[in-house]
Amino acid sequence: MKKFLLATALTGLGAMTAQAASHSEMVKVGIILGFTGPLETLAPAMADSGEMALAEVNEAGGILDGMMAEAVRGDGTCADAAAATAAAERLVTSDGVSAILGAMCSGATGAVLTNVSLPNGILQISPSATSPGLSSIEDNGLFFRMAPSDARQGEVMAEIIMERGIDEVAVTYTNNDYGSGLASSFQQAFEAAGGSVTLSASHEDGKADYSAEVGSLASAGGDALVVIGYVDQGGSGVIQAALDTGAFETFVLPDGMIGTALENNFGSDIDGSFGQNPSVENERGDEFLAMAEAAGFDGTSVYAKEAYDSMALILLSMAAAGSTNGADAAAKVMELANAPGEKIYAGELAKAIELIAAGTDIDYVGASSVELIEPGEASGGYAEMEMKNGKLEAIGYR
Amino acid sequence: MDILNALVVLANFVLIPAIAYGAQLALGALGVTLIYGILRFSNFAHGDTMAFGAMVTILVTWALQGWGVSLGPLPTALLALPFGILGCMALVLLTDRLVYRFYRAQRVKPVILVIVSMGVMFVYNGVVRFVIGADDQRFADGERFIISVRDFKALTGLEEGLGIRTTQGLTVVTAVITVALLFWFLNRTRTGKSMRAYSDNEDLALLSGINPERVVMITWLLVATLATIAGTLYGLDKTFKPFTYFQLLLPVFASAIVGGLGSPVGAIAGGFVIAFSEVGITYAWKKVAEYLLPEAWEPDSLLQLLGTDYKFAVSFVILVIVLLIRPTGLFKGKSV
Repeated sequence: MKKFLLATALTGLGAMTAQAASHSEMVKVGIILGFTGPLETLAPAMADSGEMALAEVNEAGGILDGMMAEAVRGDGTCADAAAATAAAERLVTSDGVSAILGAMCSGATGAVLTNVSLPNGILQISPSATSPGLSSIEDNGLFFRMAPSDARQGEVMAEIIMERGIDEVAVTYTNNDYGSGLASSFQQAFEAAGGSVTLSASHEDGKADYSAEVGSLASAGGDALVVIGYVDQGGSGVIQAALDTGAFETFVLPDGMIGTALENNFGSDIDGSFGQNPSVENERGDEFLAMAEAAGFDGTSVYAKEAYDSMALILLSMAAAGSTNGADAAAKVMELANAPGEKIYAGELAKAIELIAAGTDIDYVGASSVELIEPGEASGGYAEMEMKNGKLEAIGYR
Repeated sequence: MDILNALVVLANFVLIPAIAYGAQLALGALGVTLIYGILRFSNFAHGDTMAFGAMVTILVTWALQGWGVSLGPLPTALLALPFGILGCMALVLLTDRLVYRFYRAQRVKPVILVIVSMGVMFVYNGVVRFVIGADDQRFADGERFIISVRDFKALTGLEEGLGIRTTQGLTVVTAVITVALLFWFLNRTRTGKSMRAYSDNEDLALLSGINPERVVMITWLLVATLATIAGTLYGLDKTFKPFTYFQLLLPVFASAIVGGLGSPVGAIAGGFVIAFSEVGITYAWKKVAEYLLPEAWEPDSLLQLLGTDYKFAVSFVILVIVLLIRPTGLFKGKSV
């Protein structure tokens, strides 16, 4: 019996050393996105996109003299900050990731940053968190996001609405960080521009019926309804109830509502509705779309481009820093993302790694035309979208 | 003209939704009240019984849709409803055989049966989630509207529109038919009469030769039917999501208690009282007031008594008031 125990312990020890050895040749990146929850239809394309960037780096021979990268997925759920924290904690402690791509929604992102990334000192880049609160959160310079703050989105949305000659709207927002943040920044911008908000009311996600909420919004009146919500959740429910009761015909749709689910749910019923989602005109954007198609996902899906860029920047910054240490890598992110330097587009990560190794400065443009401003967030370009014949079309950039 | 517009707004946002919701609650409350009257306990598993019946109906509906069967303008779910009812009957009879009969034989106190029903609730809850998932399911098809807002405006030339969804019309019609049949059964047939006798006085009923197991079985069959119809109508009208059926338990119980537990008429009245209070108290009356009041008196505020987030609180408050002031409910049911 004693011998048996000893043998088991030895085998275990051996396995552990073997594992540790394999660790040293790998750099792991955690992908924490809302695979279940209110944005679950967007998450798969984002994860695939991030993993595509990672595969590209591996094909180019990896970073730091042949260190291969590996992605580990975790479910951040979007809505449940505690679940996101637990997922991140697991990725860091048991999988040993050196950086985190994510989380998806603002609340989850803030929770992961404060509870996991900051104490462990690892680099975190979110492709999609937009709450203005994240601009001022304490991050020791470890946190970046490829999405602009909603303070900017609020201004853009107000601009688009005013340009269409609408100066009175009702607002409904999903009751969380993202919803209330964007709702208040929009209201500020809209009222400053001379418009008026008749009512700004929250809605809870996951209810069977939104006719009561729509009833009070309809009572307040307005020429359009601004739906700051999620397309897989209450946002669609609110639009459905508003259409059924004839309360509103035109809807303003910010980034959380732009998605193919919207086309499937409503089609041409909401023709003429409009909105915006973060996206910058990119002269070589088609190349990314072709790569995405070859990899088997939809490159036009919201935040798919940003996810690619997040992963690329995580790995390139490690290459530039010459280490997988969070603080070292984080110090390089702004430098890589912004001018001056040779422009790097999506699909050119191999070239970027060569240039970095040669000590040449690069300006990472990527799929979403990355341009970061302090404190580490996208400067904020938006595509203006409109629903035409049941299809969402980008009609301009601003 | 203004008065007409005010009426149309009121109908569109308060009357029609509340009537449809009230009918769904009434059907649910009838099931609760029947169990309370005859089996003498509050069945906490009722919400999930509704979910189970609706789930079977949805699965059959999908199969029918897959085969290309449809009812034209009516939802296919109507065709699948009998199968849903049969499935639900099988489930409740099985539960009765496996669980409740054991406790009945021991003549346990009602409060123990309540706790047992809670356990049954969790099991049903899990079964439904396991089979169909925890997400929203869409299964409504056919015409969406009896009259849409746009058509109504074109037809009448009024400024305000009125929309009636097919499912809302269907809910009310089905509820009326179901309730009529139920009352005919309880009041006119021999079995119905024996059920009422059993409910009034169990020992006397036994003495006069009524078979208690038969009464209990028929009660469960009726309850399964009512629950499936209520669940399917609610799912058609709103959306099917297991968790919302669990939440529905509160308004359903509030309806049954407000009306008077054990009283079928009370359950129906209670359903509408709860539905109208929930919708009326959380509705913003500004638009109606604008049409009715002279311009000088026009309100600035929304005239909303409670935010829509507090919808569920309304049933709670009514429940507490009724229990304090009139514990037997509006129609002299049994006190709780």
